[in-house]
Parts: sequence; structure tokens; C-alpha cells
Amino acid sequence: MRLLNTLIVTTALGALVSTAAVAATTVTIATVNNGDMVRMQALSEEFTKQNPDIELDWVVLEENVLRQRVTQDIATKGGQFDVMTIGTYEVPIWAKQGWLVSLNDLPESYDVDDLLPAIRGGLTVDGELYAAPFYGESSMVMYRKDLMEKAGLEMPDAPSWDFIREAAVAMTDKENEQYGICLRGKAGWGENMAFLTATANSFGARWFDEDWKPQFDTEQWANALNFYLDLMNEAGPPGASSNGFNENLALFQQGKCGMWIDATVAASFVTNPDDSTVADQVGFALAPDNGLGKRGNWLWAWSLAIPAGTDSEDAAKKFVEWATSKAYTEMVAEKEGWANVPPGTRTSLYENAEYAKVPFAKMTLDSINAADPTNPTVDPVPYTGVQFVAIPEFQGLATAVGQQFSSALAGQITAEEALDRAQNLAEREMTRAGYIK
Amino acid sequence: MARSVSNSRKALNTAVAATLGFLIFFPILWIVVLSFKSEGDAIRAPLEVLTSGWTFESYTAVQERSDYFKHFSNSVIISVGSTLLGLLIAIPAAWAMAFVPGKRTKDVLMWMLSTKMLPSVGVLVPIYLIFRDLGILDSRIGLVVVLTLINLPIIIWMLYTYFREIPGEILEAARMDGASLRSEVLYVLTPMAVPGMASTVLLNIILAWNEAFWTLNLTAAKAAPLTAFIASYSSPEGLFYAKLSAASVMAIAPILIMGWFSQKQLVRGLTFGAVK
Repeated sequence: MRLLNTLIVTTALGALVSTAAVAATTVTIATVNNGDMVRMQALSEEFTKQNPDIELDWVVLEENVLRQRVTQDIATKGGQFDVMTIGTYEVPIWAKQGWLVSLNDLPESYDVDDLLPAIRGGLTVDGELYAAPFYGESSMVMYRKDLMEKAGLEMPDAPSWDFIREAAVAMTDKENEQYGICLRGKAGWGENMAFLTATANSFGARWFDEDWKPQFDTEQWANALNFYLDLMNEAGPPGASSNGFNENLALFQQGKCGMWIDATVAASFVTNPDDSTVADQVGFALAPDNGLGKRGNWLWAWSLAIPAGTDSEDAAKKFVEWATSKAYTEMVAEKEGWANVPPGTRTSLYENAEYAKVPFAKMTLDSINAADPTNPTVDPVPYTGVQFVAIPEFQGLATAVGQQFSSALAGQITAEEALDRAQNLAEREMTRAGYIK
Repeated sequence: MARSVSNSRKALNTAVAATLGFLIFFPILWIVVLSFKSEGDAIRAPLEVLTSGWTFESYTAVQERSDYFKHFSNSVIISVGSTLLGLLIAIPAAWAMAFVPGKRTKDVLMWMLSTKMLPSVGVLVPIYLIFRDLGILDSRIGLVVVLTLINLPIIIWMLYTYFREIPGEILEAARMDGASLRSEVLYVLTPMAVPGMASTVLLNIILAWNEAFWTLNLTAAKAAPLTAFIASYSSPEGLFYAKLSAASVMAIAPILIMGWFSQKQLVRGLTFGAVK
């Protein structure tokens, strides 16, 4: 009996020890519900096969919920996440707060020099890389080749705003619900203000001068906003003040828009014959300009970052390295085809002959390269960011300004009133935050 | 004497009520319809949506991607747990206020209700920090506690209203027969208040089931209930309406079915004491 007891105890202890020896490190990953991220989650089995000592827990949330959730957690050092999906807006702000782990020690095989310079620049602070880009995007013109031909026009690779207006008016047939152009109108710093800030850059406008004084009272902003409002009133769909990415995507896929200027990531949706009725008629061009040296396109990268103080830093780094590596890209290409590879992060991807066959590949790269987050405007500015200003106050301020511009689009106030209010809002916020006196 | 109502009046009332009922239910019906469509069909004009083909593909995709049963069991534990814990505190509190009211009882009731007037986000950071220090972030026990606290004023108010309808003399008689306080509450008061308590329980389970602010903010991977399950299918960049609808149907179906079967109890409890 005693022998039996000893045996049981020894077996139990042995089991405990062996369990402890292979006890997995859990890495909790917070990410957004975008096609590329969902694919990463599905393919992560490959990672856990290669790393049996690491378990992955996924928290997938809607973009705005995720942003609030991870900001709250990192600011309070809640420690709920080991890998966070964040954008080019958060990286410089959080890195300066000391909230992120530096990724400068990634192994040589990761080939950090292969990252696209514009994207890498947006994720680097004082020479340290604080997030690894998972996919990068810019914005570009997506247009209907058939409607353009019918209008007797030809889209240049790099159109001007004047051409866009001419084409939009020519393609509009409101009686048949055919609108020349669909643009964002829904209020929000990542909604209409992403588009309008990037557009304003090409009109020579800027958010602040070098002394952080708001610039909405300048002629450049008036030109940019009036142009946008006139264009939308002449050739835009009804109710555009509540249209964001998804609403415009639905309109374009149903064949109701002649042109749509939005994120390059939309290209894979509008050319997918399963969802889009115009899949074989879509052409691409660079975002427009006004001949001032800046185009109206933005730059964004959804990136993976590790919060400082995580218990699983090494395992988290392994995952970040895996998900943003060249090998991951090749795996996606092999399993899901080249069109589904996360775009816009690595030079090598654009040197790949197979990827070059994807219809929107070249235009995506050209658009990303046309954006410069460190020098986004015609006149000098004290901030970085193309469609945003990388300061913590921007989210709230730009959403409030976006509401004014959205009201102007809905016809509730004039462009002049919207700009006046935007100037007041910006002056008040910048004074409160101590940027100006 | 009952007032006579003409047949045409009855028909009109029924038609108005049915139309209103349909309008209120329509968004849920539309979600159910969309959940059986492909993503491409889900964004078409309403008539085209109805005439397009039906498919289970969104349900299959949602099942493959997410662990529904984990989220479902978290929702059950959190909503039932918080309601039972709330009841445990609320029954004695409501008893005391209904049968042994003090000078300040009304003030206490108002004060409890006033806690519902503070926007939840106002206490998010303090609660988050407390939960972090106690190590109960992303835990079911943490959510049970916070949802109990949030719904407690409603439970107490509802029970207080029901208890007030019960004649104090019955309890007095029980006391005179030698019933202890525990027996009085358990064997005399509780059976008489069952309809009211049933509707309180049902309403609070529904409230806790649908609560999205705290359940999203205090959870990550382990304790996330069905509200987080729905949130994982919403996206500002990409049209996933069919999948989002399928996830929503899966999330609301259990509580809808429960509400359907218990509607008699719910209505009886909510109108309890309305007519004396």
C-alpha cells in the first residue's frame, strides 16, 4: 500500500514538473478586424507549431474600440496585452512616453533595411524602431475605366485636382444615380479629416505654423475646403456627410461612383469579382495635386508594438518578428495568393515579379513613396504625420473640426463659418494644452 | 362598468399596435435576413437583398474564426452571477426599506438611484486601476462584481416596489407565530413576491447580458463575453455586414429565446401591483 502511495505521489510530482517544464508562455495580441489581420490570426497556427512553448490569445476589436482599449491599458500599465496593433499616429506619441519596447535588437535575418523608408520613418523615434509594420497603406484614385471612356477623358497616372473635377462633373448623371466622385464626409479624425488634411496639404494648407498657431484662417484652407464642398455638391452622392470608407466602398462596388479617392487597401475589395459589380473596370491613379509639390495622399501603417513592462517580452518579440517577416509574406502568397499578401511594408515585395502582376501593386507603392510624414506640407511645420498631427491633442481636436466640415457638407453651415469655428476650436485647445499663449 | 369598444376601433388599435411592434422589431429581423446572405448580397438595395440567394456561409465563417461557446459561457456566468449576487444583497435591503422604513429611507433610495446618473466613463479609470491592483482585470469574478454594483439600484428599487404591495400584517402574523427573521423572509415574503422577483431576475439578466461598456473595457481574452464577440466583427475598413449580422444573431439568440419563453412572467411582474 505504501509502495502504491509513493508511486502515486511520485507520478503526480513528475507530471507537475513536466507540465512546468513545457508550460507555455501566453502572448495576448490585440488587433483590429481588418482582412489582413483576420488572415494573420488564421495562419498563426504555423507560428505555434514552430514555437510550441508559446500560446497565443487573440483580442480582435473594432478599430475605434481597440484604440480606446489599448490606450487605456498602456496608460494605466494594465498589462492586459503583450502585442498591440497600433497605427503611425500612436507610435511616436507612445514611444516618447516610454510606453513601447524598442525593436532595434531584431535579428539580422529580419532585414530591417528592407522596410520601406517612408513607413520605417513613421515608426522610428530618435533612431529606435518602436513598431514593426504589418501592412502599410496610402490613398489613391480608384476610377471606372468604362465611365471615363464614355466621358471622353483619359486618366493620367498623376492627375491634378482640376482634372478630377472636370472628370467628376462629366461622369455625373444624378437621375440614374451615377455620381462622378465619392469622398469621405463622415466626421472623425480618422474619417473625413484624414482625407481633408491630406487634401489640404496639396493645396498648400497646414494645421499649424512653426509656432503652433492654427492656420484655418488662411486662404489655402479656404481654397481646399471650398473646392471639396463644390466638388461634392456638383458630383457627389446625396447624404455624403455620413459616408465613410464602408459607405463609399458599397457605393463604388454597386457601380454608383465614377471615382473614389481613399485607402489603397480598398483596391483589393473593388477588384474582387465576388463582391464588386465593377471589378473588371477599375483603374488606379496617384492622389491628385495642385502643382505645389505635395499630393493629397496619406500614409498609414498598422503595426505591431510591444508595451513596455510586459511579462512575455521575448515571446512577444518572436511573434512580431514572425508576423512581419518576409517568410510570412511568402506563406500568405503560397496559401492565399499574391493579391492577399499584406502590402506596403517591404521593398523586396515590390521587387518580386509575381507580386508585380497584381494590378494595384505598383500604384500602391508609388502612393506610399509619394507621402513624406516628416515633411508633409508645402510650408514648414513643427509636426510629423501626413493626414494627422502626431500630438496627443489631435484626436479630440480633429474630430471636433471634422464635425464642422461635415456640417458644411450637409449644408447646415457655410464653409466660412466652418473654418471660423475650426480656428476657434484649435486656438482654444492649443492654448489649453500650452502650445500657444 | 366596462366601456364598450366598437369592432372597427379594435381593428384599428390592433393594426396600430402590430405596425409599431413590427417597426420596433424590424432592425432585428433585418439582421437575421442579412446573416443568411453573402457579403456581396448584403450590401445591395433592400429588395435585391430579399430576392438574392440564402446561405449559411457567414455562420460557418464566424464559427471557424471565433470560439462562440467560450464567449457564450462567459456571458451566462457574468449575467446570472451578477443577478444572483445582486439579489442576495437586494432582498434584505428592500425588505428593510419596505417594512421597517426609517426617516431617511426615501433619501437612501434616491441616493442609490442617483449613482445611475453618473456616466460610466467617469469612473472607468479608477475602477480599471483598482481592478489592476487586485489582479481581477479580464476575470469573470471582476465583471460579476462590477455588474452587480451597476444593477443593484435597479434590483433594490424593483424589489422595494413589489415588497410594498405585500401587506405588512401577513409578516406580522408570521412573527407572532414565532417565525425568525430568516424564516419570515425565506418562507413568507419570498413566495409571495415570486412574480416580482422573477421579473427582476429576468430583467437584470437581460441588462447584464447586453451591457457593453464595462464588459468591453475590463476584459481582454479570457473573460470576454458575447458583447466582445460582436465587437470583433465590426470594421470601419471592410464590409463584413453579413458576418457581423451572423455574430449578432448568435449573440442575441439565447436572450431572445429566454425572453420569449418568460414573457408571461416578465409582463406579470412588471405590472404587479398596478391594479389593486
